[in-house]
Amino acid sequence: MARLFMKGTEAVAEAAVRAGCRFFAGYPITPQNEVPEYLSRRMPEVGGVFIQGESEVASISMVYGAASAGTRSMTSSSSPGIALKSEGISYCASALIPMVYSNFARGGPGVGSIQPAQQDYFQATKASGNGGFQMMVFAPSSVQEAVDLTYEAFDLADRDRNPVCILADGVIATMMESVEFPPMKSNVEIDAIKESKREWALVGHDFEKEKRAWIEPGHWQTKDMQKANEDAAAMYLEWEKDIRVEEYGLEDAEIVLTSYGISARVVKSAVSILRAEGIKAGYIRPITVNPFPYGAYDHINYDKCKAVLNVEMSIPAQFGVDVKVGVKDRCPIEHCLCSGGNIISRNAVLDAAKKIMKG
Amino acid sequence: MQKIYTRTKTIQQDKVSGFCPGCMHSTIIKLIGEVLEELDVVDRTACVLGIGCCGLQMDYMAYDNSTAPHGRACATATGVKRSNPESLVFTYQGDGDLASIGLAETMSAANRGENISVIFVNNGIYGMTGGQMAPTTLIGMKASTAPKGRIADEHGYPMHMCEILNQLTAPVYLERTSCNNPANTMKTKNAIKKAFRNQLDGKGFSMVEIVTSCPTNWGLDALASLEYIEEKMLPEFPLGVIRDR
Ligand SMILES: Cc1ncc(C[n+]2csc(CCOP(=O)(O)OP(=O)(O)O)c2C)c(N)n1
Repeated sequence: MARLFMKGTEAVAEAAVRAGCRFFAGYPITPQNEVPEYLSRRMPEVGGVFIQGESEVASISMVYGAASAGTRSMTSSSSPGIALKSEGISYCASALIPMVYSNFARGGPGVGSIQPAQQDYFQATKASGNGGFQMMVFAPSSVQEAVDLTYEAFDLADRDRNPVCILADGVIATMMESVEFPPMKSNVEIDAIKESKREWALVGHDFEKEKRAWIEPGHWQTKDMQKANEDAAAMYLEWEKDIRVEEYGLEDAEIVLTSYGISARVVKSAVSILRAEGIKAGYIRPITVNPFPYGAYDHINYDKCKAVLNVEMSIPAQFGVDVKVGVKDRCPIEHCLCSGGNIISRNAVLDAAKKIMKG
Repeated sequence: MQKIYTRTKTIQQDKVSGFCPGCMHSTIIKLIGEVLEELDVVDRTACVLGIGCCGLQMDYMAYDNSTAPHGRACATATGVKRSNPESLVFTYQGDGDLASIGLAETMSAANRGENISVIFVNNGIYGMTGGQMAPTTLIGMKASTAPKGRIADEHGYPMHMCEILNQLTAPVYLERTSCNNPANTMKTKNAIKKAFRNQLDGKGFSMVEIVTSCPTNWGLDALASLEYIEEKMLPEFPLGVIRDR
């Protein structure tokens, strides 16, 4: 397929359609209104369903229902809307319902600001709802990566029968870039995916208790609830193999910058300038922020590295807390932060890096 | 000897219900099961349960079911139905679930004319959590969070969901019934059947509001609860067809 020049929101929506997503419910919120707008046009073209829900709470509950019935389903929102969706996300995790959602994050807390931010990191990676469940969380740093990860997210959600989160931000949402799309899943493939869920999905079964589908977002018996928690915990451990991270220049780096999502884009550009100026800089960019690639920080050559510079669009740092776990006090960690809808500037990153190298 | 009555197969034969003595949930669940069998749709039915005592049936119902987040049953059912239009999808909700926390989801699904059926069990109180005030609690009726009884100036008035939904254009069928005597119980069964038939005929949103009791939280025995329904509940919640299109 030819390259297309597309906005991040619309590209993510198209990637979902290509992955076989045939149900979307969402509620308007900046900066991701183009996701529901695009899908309101696109879903009818492919025989899918689009619903503008009466709220985020209703939209995620619709997705919970549609995905319970075996359909690949998605919702999307931005920070305050994701907070409302946490109820349904937790229900999906508890009831083993696969679904994908994207958070095009904006400044917070509260209604915050409508501009890009990375202030939902803890919410996405540690506590997206009650009950201590986890999800795979992908953090794309380009529109192309957002497309590829969204496409794959549906497979992983189905594999694990668990929600998958695309943690993007307002830059990825509104930026236009050239993208190439993965192939469109055929109706035959989509039917086969739905059919593979027949056993547990709400599609109707003979009325004998062994056969009925029973979507259970909780358990009356505490022993059953604990067993469900244990099974989930065992699955989270399996995710070690799914970790994705980009590393550069760690062998000889005197300074290692680390960042994710859109700020990692800025970091990469800063690192190439630093290298050109003779400063041996490297970077670590987690692509999965849950599971977190703590092991990548073992690849730093701590005999040479003066400091790790955490670059993040959140004050106080959140991603930086995971970085600290990875670095394990083997060298100091400095922070270059902005927040509230401000986008990290390359000059700020360069200044912070140079200050460390001088000091 | 000829067998003229058996338990509906939609209830697992080896299970007992967890409902309190005199509770009408078990009656209504039986009626629903009989209707599903009579319409021969059990193998394509999906029930979306609300949160509350209504969910106690999940252990022993024999057909597909899920539990929605508290109040979200109409939204969850919307997702199920839209993704499988050939299924018969109904919600089963209490008054706290449908008329308080889920008011937006109920109104919006009705307003969209979703082709689902809603079975609304109105016992005037929060059953599962121990008798707190509900949107349908009668004026003067005591609740654990309204120790002096519901006071209009402070709590407002009981909500009449059939009449409220009757303000919308889309719903096709709204009826209020009860299970306080055999005649009303039979009418309830017919209303449920009609709501399901409407859906199978692709007509759109139907709701049956069933006025019931909660002997445990009303602090009355089963018989006194039936009298309370007759004397107090039904004057506030008159029975009958509110809309039939
Ligand atoms: C989000 C949320 N809030 C509160 C509760 C606690 N809760 C469980 S059942 C219930 C009330 C149920 O009352 P009603 O809908 O009238 O049903 P009944 O038990 O009377 O059948 C409440 C408040 C919950 N489970 N989830």
